[in-house]
Amino acid sequence: MSAVEDTIARANRERSGALIGYLPVGYPTIADSIEAAVALAENGVDVIELGLPYSDPVMDGPAIQRATQTALANGFRLQDGFAAVAEITSRVSAPVLLMSYWNPIMQFGVDRFADELAAAGGAGIITPDLVSDEASEWIAASERTGLDRVFLAAPSSSDARLVRAVEASTGFVYAVSTMGITGARSDVDSAAKTLVARLRNAGSTSACVGLGISTPDQVREVLSYADGAIVGSVFVSALASGGVSAVAETAASLSTGTLA
Amino acid sequence: MLRDELGPYFGEFGGRFVPESLIAALDELDAAYNEAKNDPAFIAELTELHASYTGRPSLITEVPRFAEHAGGARIILKREDLNHTGSHKINNVLGQALLARRLGKTRLIAETGAGQHGVATATAAALFGMSCVVYMGEVDTERQALNVARMRLLGAEVIAVKTGSRTLKDAINDALRDWVANVDNTHYLLGTVAGPHPFPVMVRDFHKVIGDEAREQVLKLTGALPTAVVACVGGGSNAMGIFHAFLDDADVALYGYEAAGEGHLTERHAATLTRGRPGVLHGARSYMLQDEDGQTIESHSISAGLDYPGVGPEHSWLKDIGRAHYLPITDAEAMDALRLLSRTEGIIPAIESAHALAGALSLGKELGPDSVILVNLSGRGDKDMETAAEYFELLDAAESAAEKKS
Repeated sequence: MSAVEDTIARANRERSGALIGYLPVGYPTIADSIEAAVALAENGVDVIELGLPYSDPVMDGPAIQRATQTALANGFRLQDGFAAVAEITSRVSAPVLLMSYWNPIMQFGVDRFADELAAAGGAGIITPDLVSDEASEWIAASERTGLDRVFLAAPSSSDARLVRAVEASTGFVYAVSTMGITGARSDVDSAAKTLVARLRNAGSTSACVGLGISTPDQVREVLSYADGAIVGSVFVSALASGGVSAVAETAASLSTGTLA
Repeated sequence: MLRDELGPYFGEFGGRFVPESLIAALDELDAAYNEAKNDPAFIAELTELHASYTGRPSLITEVPRFAEHAGGARIILKREDLNHTGSHKINNVLGQALLARRLGKTRLIAETGAGQHGVATATAAALFGMSCVVYMGEVDTERQALNVARMRLLGAEVIAVKTGSRTLKDAINDALRDWVANVDNTHYLLGTVAGPHPFPVMVRDFHKVIGDEAREQVLKLTGALPTAVVACVGGGSNAMGIFHAFLDDADVALYGYEAAGEGHLTERHAATLTRGRPGVLHGARSYMLQDEDGQTIESHSISAGLDYPGVGPEHSWLKDIGRAHYLPITDAEAMDALRLLSRTEGIIPAIESAHALAGALSLGKELGPDSVILVNLSGRGDKDMETAAEYFELLDAAESAAEKKS
């Protein structure tokens, strides 16, 4: 069992489930993004998802787009991502996953990317625009390095594709709560609950829900049927408006949703 | 046969690099397209639309006065500029709109650079009674304001995209985001031979009528196949459309001309196949302009329709196997060719198509007076009058100032 899967399982034994927190590296600065990620872990976030800024993030809504565009404008380089993972993992015990679109990984070299991430103490990669059908090189690299590979499952996915996502993923399967992109929503779609039930039928023992989750009540609701709740845009907005301390407060507040 | 490639891969290029949420829609589209393309009723309806609405077959026109500047080679234009809506884009748009209707979709979305594809999509939406949203980079809405007005007049909503470089690539990103969220009732009418499978194959197939017609027309006119077939390449739809019929005619050379902007050795160009390297952008593996980290580099061209840092995967494949040649044409070369065709033949081409004309001028000198060059004149220049007026200083200073004030 991987560190990520283990952490999620433990959170489900001890509380109602895991809280997974997303922040992009390099926003507003590299140093601040590291402090913010550490603050997540120190305030109840179980697994950190660090986003690598990318020029064409088609799965991301306005809040995350603005942040990652700022990071790129400030000169973010991929090597900064590995350095950030190394520093965060040296300071907190929460596992750190990278979230990256496929082209930067492909250009860096899939094997080289996996090696550098493993050396930095990273736990794996979430790939929003890489489906398992196109992922043979990454699957081989993750097998070799022991990194987790988290694929997405969507309400529109066929049963056969859900089985494939469950079989190809390690750590957890990322259940997309709604047909859409990242960003806070007033309601988490009821489609999420149906999707998680279908993932269970497809054999998943570790399914986490993301997209649109921004309040402790939504975390609580999602954890009533899923193994983890993934929160992103609200942390990015908190960081933009109130800095690292606002991220800490938001994490502490959201983590109350993991208590049964 | 090179013509038989059906995707999802062309050699190592193509595929589907998209969020899982879109896979079901792509599968649905692929299945519907494969069914439709073998359905006589679908083919008959599209053919009838082309005959009675688009104006197909489009003419070919030999341009001897222009050809005097091309080393004496015979130059023949395929007149896609005469199509309804002013460019080749309508071929693909009518095909996909019919498919969308078949799938029960009531809303069309599209990206547009120059505005030609947006205008064509807005036109089809009006014709079929569908709602329509067109995403257009803010920079492009400014340099192609007339096309924005045309789309709005046709009933479409035009959204100026303010993210990233605010051009075509960002318009595609926003269209993809819209599609992910609204896939139930929405068809994304992608306008070029790029994107995830089945778009590159399907869009090519809807445009291959250009080459099929032109091949016969040139044979009839000259008694032989042309020496070379040339087209401009941004995403590459008009080029694939005219190349396809000739792919297996080994003696016919194929040339694609990319926008070199201020020069392909400067940092301001859109010469993807000349200067890029393989990567993943907008759902497919293909050549693209990118930095060392795989971040997309912003492209530059005076022509909004060629101002794109990616290219369709079939072109990447044709380049790598050596079947087609891709060369850069600067803004200045294209604008000179635009003026030359206007003055020698009374045909004002789109700036995009002027890149192909500029290519033909130098290719003719290379191939000599015995050669016959077929040029895809993919669009007309009406939309480019503001750019041309500014570039050639065609308006009197006083008038120009007065116009700016009003």
